Amino acid sequence: MNPRRKPEKKCDLCCTRLERLEVTLNGNRLLYDVSLHIHCGELTGIVGPNGAGKSTLLKALVGEIPYGGTLSFLDAKGLRTGRPLVGYVPQRLDLDQGSPASVLDFCSACASGFPVWLGPYRRSRRRILKNLARFQADHLIHRRISELSGGELQRVLLACALDPVPDLLLLDEPSTGIDPRGLDIFYGTVSKLRQEHDLSIIMVSHDLDMISRYADRIVLLDKTILATGTPAEVFQSQIFLSLFGPRWTAEICHRQEAAGIIHHPRGQSND
Amino acid sequence: MIELWYSLIESLFPFPWAEFDFMKNALLAVLLVSPIFGILGTMVINNRMAFFSDAVGHAALTGIAIGVLLGCGDPLWVMLIFAAFLAGGITWARRRTKASADTVIGVFFATAVALGVVILSRQGGFNRYSGYLIGDLLSITPGELGLLAVVLLGVILFWLFLFNRLFLVSLNPAVARSRGVNVFQVELLFSILLAFIVTISIQWVGILIINSLLVLPAAAARNLAENMQRYHVLAVIISLAAGLTGLFLSYQWGTATGATIVLISFVLYLGTIAWKAVRPRQARRVPEMDAVKLNQKP
Repeated sequence: MNPRRKPEKKCDLCCTRLERLEVTLNGNRLLYDVSLHIHCGELTGIVGPNGAGKSTLLKALVGEIPYGGTLSFLDAKGLRTGRPLVGYVPQRLDLDQGSPASVLDFCSACASGFPVWLGPYRRSRRRILKNLARFQADHLIHRRISELSGGELQRVLLACALDPVPDLLLLDEPSTGIDPRGLDIFYGTVSKLRQEHDLSIIMVSHDLDMISRYADRIVLLDKTILATGTPAEVFQSQIFLSLFGPRWTAEICHRQEAAGIIHHPRGQSND
Repeated sequence: MIELWYSLIESLFPFPWAEFDFMKNALLAVLLVSPIFGILGTMVINNRMAFFSDAVGHAALTGIAIGVLLGCGDPLWVMLIFAAFLAGGITWARRRTKASADTVIGVFFATAVALGVVILSRQGGFNRYSGYLIGDLLSITPGELGLLAVVLLGVILFWLFLFNRLFLVSLNPAVARSRGVNVFQVELLFSILLAFIVTISIQWVGILIINSLLVLPAAAARNLAENMQRYHVLAVIISLAAGLTGLFLSYQWGTATGATIVLISFVLYLGTIAWKAVRPRQARRVPEMDAVKLNQKP
């Protein structure tokens, strides 16, 4: 439904800016004073205890729940400002078993306004196949969405969220219910895309191990931002220790040393 | 217009039933109503709104009651306005409160019906309105057929321009939102459309069974369809088949038309379950193909 944008050269200049974002629903203050700069090409991981408002933050960014404060996007050339074009990958879809929606139906509904019930629109079909193929999901095209496994569904959702290429990609708990092989495909592709399209990515995850490997920056969230910095910085901070206990910090630092993972400044490859 | 239809039927079907105008009207009504219900039912099920449409159907009673209180001769307009308010209220409450949709609808629905019954049963006069409970398809007039044709056109237009958005909202509101869909607006429009159609059809189909007409064809189609296109085609075909068979059987047996149609729909529904169990499923072949493909590119 959105006009397709060409992938641009790496710029380092464009950014998405959240200023004093706050969400209040039914008198409960779910988030307050959240200010963040997200540069393009950067993967920001959001961690925090249950009920910290992580998913709420993503839903506010999508625009599904009302928020206070400002969310703005600044183009590299200063040409385009305003609301960022957001791609959203939810944890799951609200489907019951046996729902007759096929993968092609879902992708077509995302890609064009041509009514899905009249059958797949031929012109968007090739594009959809190409998008799915990037995530090794093209063979799923005629399957019912309700029959996909967690990993397959994630790949389909990601393929749709990336067409048109968004300014900001939001991933909500992408590692839930994916086997290790699926995880590798998923994160590998996400890293590659980030570099190719200069995407800003915000990822909410409980998988601290994965997030410490792939994120450039970690934001520790509990209704507001408690700490932000590189994974090593955040995982060693006092506040993280008090929320998650010392076990995690030790484990992650140990693993990172063992694997020789050093966090490069953004723009360089981790692989 | 209607004369053209009458002469067409008389020349096509030289049977005794075709001599009656009410049968010719009813036949046209079935041909108009069945696609409406078939099409709408698909998204009623996908959006899990079966209980919602049932509630709106029952609340038509309240609409009638308010019409009677206001002294309107034809309560249809009051019923429509009331249904629109109810649909809007439920949609709004569903987004505002944390209670599940079932609870919200349950609260609105039972209260509305109670209000209707209280008003209509004043001075023990409820029997006058019991016709609405069962409905009478054979009583439909040519003018009402015109109204049905307009409604069918409205549904098709809605489906042409807003279907994709509604579909995305039913899959995941946040994804729909990220695609620029105004979720609340789409939900509200669909609820109101649904409420209108249920309310308009109530006098011919009856409050007690209208929901089955909406849900059964789509539920049957769901058992067989692998994608949205087939889902729609099958739902409309099943709805039409049940409608026509039901009309003729009710004529033969002298039974209420709406209820007969529902029974036929249910038989077709059972048939789709049996077919699903017997037929070698397409989906079973597909995973093997995946495996072959994945092996090719390690």
